[in-house]
Amino acid sequence: MTLELVVGAIEAILMVLIGLQLAIFLLYFERKGSALIQDRVGANRAAITGLGRKLGLPNLGIVNTLMADPVKLFTKEDFVPEGADHFLHSLAPFLALFPVLITFVVIPFGDTITIAGHTFELQAANLDAAALYLLATIGIGVYGVALGGWASNNRWALLGGIRASAQMISYEIAMGLAIVSIVMTYGTLNLQQMVRAQGGVWFGFLPRWGVLVQPLAFVLLLTAGVAESKRIPFDLPEGESELILGYMVEYSGGKQAAFMFTDLAEQALVAMMLVTFFLAGWQVPWLYPDGFHLPGGHFIAVAPLAISIMGVIAFLIKVVILCAFLGLVRWTLPRFRYDQLMRLGWKGLVPLGLFNVLVTAFIIVATGGAH
Amino acid sequence: MSPVLFWFLATLSIVAALGVVVQRNPVHCLLALVLTLISIAVLFIGQDAVVVGFLQVIVYAGAIMVLFLFVIWLLNLRVETASTGRLAIKFLGAIGVAALLAELESFAMPARLQVKFSTTHAAGYGSIEALSQALFSQYLIAFEVTSVLLLVAVVGAVALARRSTAVEVQERAEQLARAEKAA
Amino acid sequence: MVQLSWLMGLSAAIFAIGVAGFLIRRNILVMFMSIELMLNAVNLAFISLGSRLGTMDGQAIVFFVMTVAAAEAAVGLAVIISIFRNRETVHADDLTLLRW
Repeated sequence: MTLELVVGAIEAILMVLIGLQLAIFLLYFERKGSALIQDRVGANRAAITGLGRKLGLPNLGIVNTLMADPVKLFTKEDFVPEGADHFLHSLAPFLALFPVLITFVVIPFGDTITIAGHTFELQAANLDAAALYLLATIGIGVYGVALGGWASNNRWALLGGIRASAQMISYEIAMGLAIVSIVMTYGTLNLQQMVRAQGGVWFGFLPRWGVLVQPLAFVLLLTAGVAESKRIPFDLPEGESELILGYMVEYSGGKQAAFMFTDLAEQALVAMMLVTFFLAGWQVPWLYPDGFHLPGGHFIAVAPLAISIMGVIAFLIKVVILCAFLGLVRWTLPRFRYDQLMRLGWKGLVPLGLFNVLVTAFIIVATGGAH
Repeated sequence: MSPVLFWFLATLSIVAALGVVVQRNPVHCLLALVLTLISIAVLFIGQDAVVVGFLQVIVYAGAIMVLFLFVIWLLNLRVETASTGRLAIKFLGAIGVAALLAELESFAMPARLQVKFSTTHAAGYGSIEALSQALFSQYLIAFEVTSVLLLVAVVGAVALARRSTAVEVQERAEQLARAEKAA
Repeated sequence: MVQLSWLMGLSAAIFAIGVAGFLIRRNILVMFMSIELMLNAVNLAFISLGSRLGTMDGQAIVFFVMTVAAAEAAVGLAVIISIFRNRETVHADDLTLLRW
């Protein structure tokens, strides 16, 4: 009992750390990946008060993003604007970051692993209603943004906060409808069971990935997820050319770092959700619990420990690819205008989501049982 | 559910509920109410009502309270400085509430709760399958009527809250043509 | 081992706090929040009793109470907005037009 508790705690911390590392990877992508896309060099210099140059050390290159940025952010002066609500101003970044971080623990990153005779589930918290948990925490995340805008005593921050919260609650509905169709397809709210159901093949060679069963839901969740995390093309709340930083404009130092991290961590979370629901989580194509069953009829036996580790690596690779794809979307598309954004959410995604649920229901009833 | 967890959540929800009633700033009241809702949701989950607990967070704390927050902003409510009613009314109210609390607590005495209790549940208790079974068989009519009720509420809210004066909208093509003609 | 009487007592306490808030506070929005407190106290009682009896009835009824609370909150807030547009106040003691 205590062993499970300790392992669960270790897995939870591990998942939160993985989420944070992915956020840092996205930050790296923001600097160097965007530079690659936009045909420029990107940030490549860092110095601590010129000491490095004086001592003749070479430029630290990309280290600036990974080390100097957080140091800069956390050592800046932390002030509360005049006339602002002290308590809410300090609470808002925490209220924004916390729900995103606690959502990482329900994502399954592997099958079971057997070490020294004990079998552990590679998922920190195997909730039976995990899909609802995802929706719940995303719903709570609205408060940090809304209060951040309101507690700044700044007209434009308030405008950014109102836009942000209206956008988030609108796209929550589209996200919920996409998740509902996935839940209907797999007949369970349990994420680990959903990933397990995506093993196996059709016609002997096509892996049973969710994206092939529910392509429309994939597109819906992708769009709604990008809108929820307020990334370009949906980043009007943080309209960098109009509202400077939107709802974050009166925040500096560690609090701004928390808000920025929320953005990136939520993007990593959306990538993980997409991988779990549609890209079969930790499943490697044609890899069964006893080994590879390749399409040509070949069979390669693999040790169980290697299978578990391959599953974890496959999960990480898929998530990183999807994060890079989301970063690519961010640096390619222009920003939506607010009425276009709302129109897309309510008049575009919600009817499509309902239509998807309807079609899924018909197919399930017609084929007599869950897919 | 362990007693320690229960007492922690009970204290948290009572302190937060008092915070709702006592705070001067409406936004602080709202945050205290969100805290109460979340602790009650955890109490739900602790008693194996898992789906309803998460629904409480999604619907109540995540949507209805955001609606409250929007209305507070729309009305631009600041910290209350006005008095909260005459002292006599407050005194009578306090006595009345104390009497109500005493009466309700008397119902909580085990001797009066004359029903068979069980603390272990069947395997699927509180899961979404069990809830759907109950909703779609025994409470089907209530379910359908509730969906009509939600539709009526949405239409009613929009009808009540819209501005009665029509907003004048211009056609962009006309506007540009006018500007060109004037130039 | 959590006793049922503790849960019912907690539900009664939250309900009483909601009633106190409704009677004492004169800001309409805070009165609304007190109503939500009362509804939640009742939800807690339903869930506790349903859990003890082992049936799903309590949870189904709570589902409906939540939905009705959502509908009521939406319509009530729309009414508050209309009142504010006409009277410029959310203080309940200022709304005395129909008083004789």
